Amino acid sequence: MTSESLRNIWTITKRELVGYFNSPVAYVFIVIFLLMNGFFTFMLGNYFQRGEANLNSFFMWHPWLYLFLVPAAGMRLWSEERRVGTLELLLTMPISAWQAIIGKFLACWLFLALALALTFPVVLTTMYLGDPDLGSIVAGYVGSLLLAGAYLAVTVMTSAMTRNQVISFILSVVICFFLILAGWEPVTELMVRWAPDWLVTTVASFSVMPHFAQFQRGVLDFRDILFFGSVIGFCLFCTSVVLRGLRGA
Amino acid sequence: MITVEDLVKDFGPKRAVNRVSFTVQRGEILGFLGPNGAGKSTTMRMITGFIPPTHGKVVVGGHDVNEAPIEAKRLIGYLPESAPCYSDMTVHGFLSFAAEMRGLHGSAREEAVRRVVGMCFLENVLHQSVDTLSKGYRHRTCLAQSIIHDPQVLVLDEPTDGLDPNQKHEIRQLLKRFGRDKAIIFSTHILEEVDAVCSRAIIIDRGQVVANGTPAELRARHELAGSVTLRVQAAAAETVRGRLSSLGTAGKVTVSTDSGTVLARIFPRDKTVNGDLARSVAELAGKEGWRFDELRTEEGRLDDVFRAITQPDTRRQGA
Ligand SMILES: Nc1ncnc2c1ncn2[C@@H]1O[C@H](COP(=O)(O)OP(=O)(O)OP(=O)(O)O)[C@@H](O)[C@H]1O
Ligand SMILES: [Mg+2]
Repeated sequence: MTSESLRNIWTITKRELVGYFNSPVAYVFIVIFLLMNGFFTFMLGNYFQRGEANLNSFFMWHPWLYLFLVPAAGMRLWSEERRVGTLELLLTMPISAWQAIIGKFLACWLFLALALALTFPVVLTTMYLGDPDLGSIVAGYVGSLLLAGAYLAVTVMTSAMTRNQVISFILSVVICFFLILAGWEPVTELMVRWAPDWLVTTVASFSVMPHFAQFQRGVLDFRDILFFGSVIGFCLFCTSVVLRGLRGA
Repeated sequence: MITVEDLVKDFGPKRAVNRVSFTVQRGEILGFLGPNGAGKSTTMRMITGFIPPTHGKVVVGGHDVNEAPIEAKRLIGYLPESAPCYSDMTVHGFLSFAAEMRGLHGSAREEAVRRVVGMCFLENVLHQSVDTLSKGYRHRTCLAQSIIHDPQVLVLDEPTDGLDPNQKHEIRQLLKRFGRDKAIIFSTHILEEVDAVCSRAIIIDRGQVVANGTPAELRARHELAGSVTLRVQAAAAETVRGRLSSLGTAGKVTVSTDSGTVLARIFPRDKTVNGDLARSVAELAGKEGWRFDELRTEEGRLDDVFRAITQPDTRRQGA
């Protein structure tokens, strides 16, 4: 990758970020994200009653929280460009479609990372109350960020498919929901009763849940990182195919 | 600078552009005319590399748009039909973004933004958000974006659409100025614009090129082009016709009478538009002592030519 393509990617990322913060959406999003995090962690997660110095009751909700919040943050990335017609502008500039796809993805991911970073008071609280293992907290955050990235890549793909943000939102929620359910314990337990083992493991291998669980246990395994990396890579590749198909029609 | 060869675009079963070929040299301004749905915008989208052609190729500055898209796109400035802009930015932010995408950073970027803001008269709205701009200002903002890198090739889809008369004039002047050292293609529905700006015009109908020439050449295709109209008072129609027919340069002559005056139309023997015929008619009228209050050479009207070669929808359906 040359420095010029990095520069182009950064220009696009910067534009998207400026776009986020020029509209109230970004602030509303962050506030909702933090409120919901607090609510789930402290009310539903019984953070205090557990009496454990870890963030399990914080991270365990993220797959469900992100299920709606990440598609909401990313649904406009391509569909808005298609609706307004700026896609024509963007794709006739001297850049490759890849640079645009990565630039947009990075912008939204950075934004999600910022929202996630703003949850630091939870970490401080835990450190004040007990003596948590900082290593597993870091692993938890890395896992959470990768999970958000995987959902976001799905959203980027669905938003390239349609000029309607709502459709893009619904499609990505459905796909992400599948990525959760395929390996969520209550579902796999149901499946084990009637499905052959190989089927259960195949379906579950598509799921984000077992991989996310590893990070929560404080394990930073290369294979889990690779899993999220391939989901992201695959979805972004599909995005480029969709964009090419659009223009070839 | 721009070579379009045998360009075809199919949308499903529908052929939007059908074997279009032309070239545009540096220093030329090509006007692209045609009825709605003729395929002008589709052709421009293929030239700028937004959609790939079904068949044929486009070469811009020596780079095939499909094989070396980045190199070709670097040379092109493009104003899409709907003049889209990122609505969540200010005008300044949007133009800075466009400049950076074209590889202009730091002071070069600021300099480029300043230049196009002046050219497109955007000083008043520089820090206004794009989504609060009026249509004309938005159009100009998008136009500014297309010239920010001082491109060698300009592709403008209806650049004067939605502008007030003053702005239309300014933009035409701008195009003429650019036309000296760039290759420009622009589409328009305003035929005066062709006369005012273009060095050459192409008329395209149902995806096919139906005329290609200078504005004067196109006008000469008019049935009345080159004919001379003479209005004589108090004279006998038949005498007037007889005398005019005897002129060496005259071909067919028609006369009609209208409240005491005779209106004669003299067609030239060979169809060229120059002053010869009018001069000999004037000499004859002087010799005969006719009192005439009108004498002029028809140039041919572009809109009639346009109508004649692009069949209107009604006739097309009848055919
Ligand atoms: N994406 C598309 N899918 C299907 N058909 C299309 C598409 N884009 C254009 N067309 C069709 O191709 C034809 C040419 O359209 P185009 O936009 O090039 O016309 P135009 O000459 O620019 O017309 P106008 O003067 O109205 O701007 C039209 O019949 C249009 O319906
Ligand atoms: Mg058009």
